[in-house]
Amino acid sequence: MKKYSVFAIAREAMRGHKGWEEQWSSPEPKKEYDVIIVGAGGHGLATAYYLATVHGITNVAVLEKGWLGGGNTGRNTTIIRSNYLYDESAGIYDHALKLWDGLSQELNYNVMYSARGVMMLAHNVHDIQVLKRHVHANRLNGIDNEWLSPEQAKEFCPPLNISRDARYPVVGAALQRRGGTARHDAVAWGYARGASARGVHIIQNCEVTGVKRAANGAVVGVDTTRGFIGAKKVGVVAAGHSSVIMNMAGVRMPLESYPLQALVSEPVKPVVPCVVMSNTVHAYISQSDKGELVIGAGTDQYVSYSQTGGLHILQHTLDAICEMFPIFTRMKMLRSWGGIVDVTPDRSPILAKTPVPGLYVNCGWGTGGFKATPGSGHVFAHTIAKDDPHPINAPFTIERFRTGRLIDEAAAAAVAH
Amino acid sequence: MLLIRCPYCEEERPELEFRNAGEAHIARSANMAGESDDDFEKFFFIRSNPKGIIYERWRHMHGCARFFNAVRDTVTDKFVMTYKAGEPKPAKLPGASK
Repeated sequence: MKKYSVFAIAREAMRGHKGWEEQWSSPEPKKEYDVIIVGAGGHGLATAYYLATVHGITNVAVLEKGWLGGGNTGRNTTIIRSNYLYDESAGIYDHALKLWDGLSQELNYNVMYSARGVMMLAHNVHDIQVLKRHVHANRLNGIDNEWLSPEQAKEFCPPLNISRDARYPVVGAALQRRGGTARHDAVAWGYARGASARGVHIIQNCEVTGVKRAANGAVVGVDTTRGFIGAKKVGVVAAGHSSVIMNMAGVRMPLESYPLQALVSEPVKPVVPCVVMSNTVHAYISQSDKGELVIGAGTDQYVSYSQTGGLHILQHTLDAICEMFPIFTRMKMLRSWGGIVDVTPDRSPILAKTPVPGLYVNCGWGTGGFKATPGSGHVFAHTIAKDDPHPINAPFTIERFRTGRLIDEAAAAAVAH
Repeated sequence: MLLIRCPYCEEERPELEFRNAGEAHIARSANMAGESDDDFEKFFFIRSNPKGIIYERWRHMHGCARFFNAVRDTVTDKFVMTYKAGEPKPAKLPGASK
């Protein structure tokens, strides 16, 4: 792997940019690997990267049915924050946030992590109570979060409408300054490049069609559209399709998959300096470095794998955005799309061993997995390498739905679901 | 937006009139307190989440307000059929090859 640097750019500029190498190789699949990761999204590639760098396990393949980063990694609204209510959630999301800081240097790849602040708006007394509870719980966990008056919120985000006769008046806000955004594609590409350089095979257009188990129940490999590939361990990181893959291994999951939509506007000059979220009216918005307003909508109400979603969901979100930011009422929306998110009953992820020996699962991130990418990959790699969870992901078991030890962010999450 | 046929109103109406109510044909135990943890987990949390044909409940909230069941393909979101609550799961689907 040739290191990217200002000198490399200068060198390549001198010779017509002919010396750049492919960022990752596309080898033919081997007959067998130590570890197979199903799904080359951010979480899967990060898992492979940390297996190689932290645990020295490089005989690894990442199988992807489509193209790298083409699922939810390329479909989310790139928001990063860690202001979750419960201790377990705070642990895993802040672990990720700490890794975001410095990730570009570690990967030698600019993931454009920008700690521009995530501001959550309160519109009524209940919002104030909920958000202040979050602020206090977060600070007890060592996570920055602070309370702002409407005037302070307006100062932090000038286009915000805080007039008292707004349809959704802003009566306060919670601000996590370390929160922000990153370039989603670059995260997948950076991890892919780092993993590939250490010997990990990234195999695209290779759909897993079955999970093979030995007589003793243990995993021995996966059937794919490119034939059987053996493996001692298989990690399923397939987002909306996780339950489909787990069913192939005979494990039924507490998951349901829903379409989640997002959209971007035409690019404009910098106008939204931070991320603004409103739980109550269900809208969130930020501005990409290209200038597009990036707007997240809600999920549809029914299980679907269609990657589309209903138009009325987008309209509802845009109504809210236009009320909060009247200056955007005449903006044109350029593109909208849907991704399929796998949602658990308690809205917390599952990163765990499974009842099947050698099979591990990292799923259930629901509507908010992007922010956790580095932390998720880091602790999931540990879980696979040691056959034992890292203390940070130890609470995120499958068994919690039997024992009742839920991590119930469903009612308490800082984001609307 | 989906168009959904309410089997009670016998009319196809826009999705906005309806609320999805999750997977259908999950029987609630008559003796909930006697359920084992395993069985309760299956009843309460585990879902089939199929990529393909799903049997699901809908409620015609802003119409007759009654619950009914539907068969839908989760890849195309197309409805195969709807039927009244309490009717058995259809053994054969209209137009299905298998």
